[in-house]
Amino acid sequence: MPPASSVAERAPDPDVPVDASISLASTGGRRGDSIFRLVALAAGLLVLVVLAGIAFATTRQAWPAFSAEGIGFLTSSDWDPNNGKFGALAFIWGTLLSSAIALVIGVPISIGIALYTNEMAPRRLRRPVTYVIDLLAAIPSVVYGLWGVLVLAPNILPVYDSINSAVGDVPGLSWLFGGKASGRSFMTAGLILAIMIIPIVTSLSREVIATVPRSQREAAYGMGATRWEMIRSAVLPWSRGGIVGATMLGLGRAMGETIAVALVIGSNAQITTHLFSPGDSMAGVIANQWGESSGTYSAALIGLGVVLFAVTILVNVIARRVVRHFDERLKVA
Amino acid sequence: MTAETPPEPEDLPMTADAPSPTLDETVGDHHAPVPEAHEPHLEPKVVFDVQDLNVFYGAFKAVRDVNLNIHQHEITAFIGPSGCGKSTVLRCFDRMNDLIESARVEGKVLYHGVDLYDARVDPVEVRKRIGMVFQKPNPFPKSIYDNIAFGPRLAGMKDDLDDRVEKALRQAALWDEVKDRLKKSAMGLSGGQQQRLCIARAIAVEPEVVLMDEPCSALDPIATARIEDLMQEIKSEYTILIVTHNMQQAARVSDRTAFFTTEVNPEGDHRTGVLVEYDSTDKMFSAPSDERTENYVTGRFG
Repeated sequence: MPPASSVAERAPDPDVPVDASISLASTGGRRGDSIFRLVALAAGLLVLVVLAGIAFATTRQAWPAFSAEGIGFLTSSDWDPNNGKFGALAFIWGTLLSSAIALVIGVPISIGIALYTNEMAPRRLRRPVTYVIDLLAAIPSVVYGLWGVLVLAPNILPVYDSINSAVGDVPGLSWLFGGKASGRSFMTAGLILAIMIIPIVTSLSREVIATVPRSQREAAYGMGATRWEMIRSAVLPWSRGGIVGATMLGLGRAMGETIAVALVIGSNAQITTHLFSPGDSMAGVIANQWGESSGTYSAALIGLGVVLFAVTILVNVIARRVVRHFDERLKVA
Repeated sequence: MTAETPPEPEDLPMTADAPSPTLDETVGDHHAPVPEAHEPHLEPKVVFDVQDLNVFYGAFKAVRDVNLNIHQHEITAFIGPSGCGKSTVLRCFDRMNDLIESARVEGKVLYHGVDLYDARVDPVEVRKRIGMVFQKPNPFPKSIYDNIAFGPRLAGMKDDLDDRVEKALRQAALWDEVKDRLKKSAMGLSGGQQQRLCIARAIAVEPEVVLMDEPCSALDPIATARIEDLMQEIKSEYTILIVTHNMQQAARVSDRTAFFTTEVNPEGDHRTGVLVEYDSTDKMFSAPSDERTENYVTGRFG
């Protein structure tokens, strides 16, 4: 046979007879594939349609408030429904601050629990610990809120007061811990939110950590790493992207949390860095004021919902970028 | 490979140091030149003396009654069929079996006379002196530089880190390929480069021993040949143990070969790994004294 320059140019070899009994044409078994593809596509599109529908309907309902206030809806903190003033900045601040507190407290604890259950705990303790943490997620948020307002707020006020009197005048620290302490405050809301996001952040982090290849652990141990050095050099770098993702999901949960925050944040809209001061959040004010609102007031509350929606999406987009950034930097070239 | 390989190691007296209680006292300047090790008819120094080693995973006895000596500045190959316990034995030399919860070791692994399984021995210290290269290249998702610097940093060797990294990469025959991209992720290297990186990482702390667990099984023949050349290059400074599925590789690179196989245990319910024969590689492949070895090395494995 002469050397073929390319497969495409070669005619079928006449010496090889065609066996007519062999049919490689489709036997129709692929219809299932196309049906499945349509169903999956419809399911995927449905999510987008619902999302777009919600965004559109709420924006339209909120339009009277948006058009009345203009950009002031986002940049003013003057919320005075009786005089038709709807500036949401203080609520936006409250949502961001309480969620940030929740992350600062909740994420390290969650990573600690995840590392403990995956790396340190004796085998017989792993399941019970995991189970109890998951159980936290099953507690209704109103129960957290009631516990926060009835138990946590009064009991933690003395702690706030002593921190306040200890470091409330220290430059720098006074920025966070100054002002008059209140049981219902940004800090209390942040604490409750921290407890509420721990289950989801823990369970996602745990799953990410469990995917760290054994070969990575062995690489570190093989070099004479202690357990902590192994965790720091093999487990955490490998799972960093996933842990950031878990954190962002926790952040989404914290920002959207309504009733628990409404009960403990103090319902006193103000922009301050004093963590022990009362404040208010977007979701909280909607829950607290919806019943007494009408007209433009209602539109403004719906507008808060739209802003919350937008902020949440924004945070998620940023989170995805961050995750991708970490993954690209660490796992590929 | 080398003609200097002394004959009949079993018949020669052991030259292990007198037992001493801690690792620190025993590891001297093992990187100092050891000319006598390469002169013919002189038994090289014994690094490891394995005595009646038994390894269990839970109730399952994986390896039974292994006795052998590992000699300094030689390449010792462990060969045998799957499940014969050769990797398990290799992992006893740096206590990597400790990481498997159910694993249990009986017997002694004397490292310059110190039992690695003595209660006072810290496995972390053992692994700092005895490097390991694994079956699959496993660089950290960090830069090439940080991969090599990992061991020295752990060991507190902070001085001249750049020189140390360069030396390790040169020894691993990787320097010319990566010197312009040291800050780039190691994950971007090819499989063969990654494995040489892992060897460089292991030798950056200048361990006395390098354990290699099927280091070429994930590599193509060209990358394999480079690793084999590299082993020959560095063996004057390191004692190398290699587990391999590839008999030709053992024949090519090693000075001594240990053949393991499996035997049905007396209860007849499972198979346990045993050391069949351990001798100079030349003899193992030309005139093995055990029929099972001969069947294996000639490809008539039964």
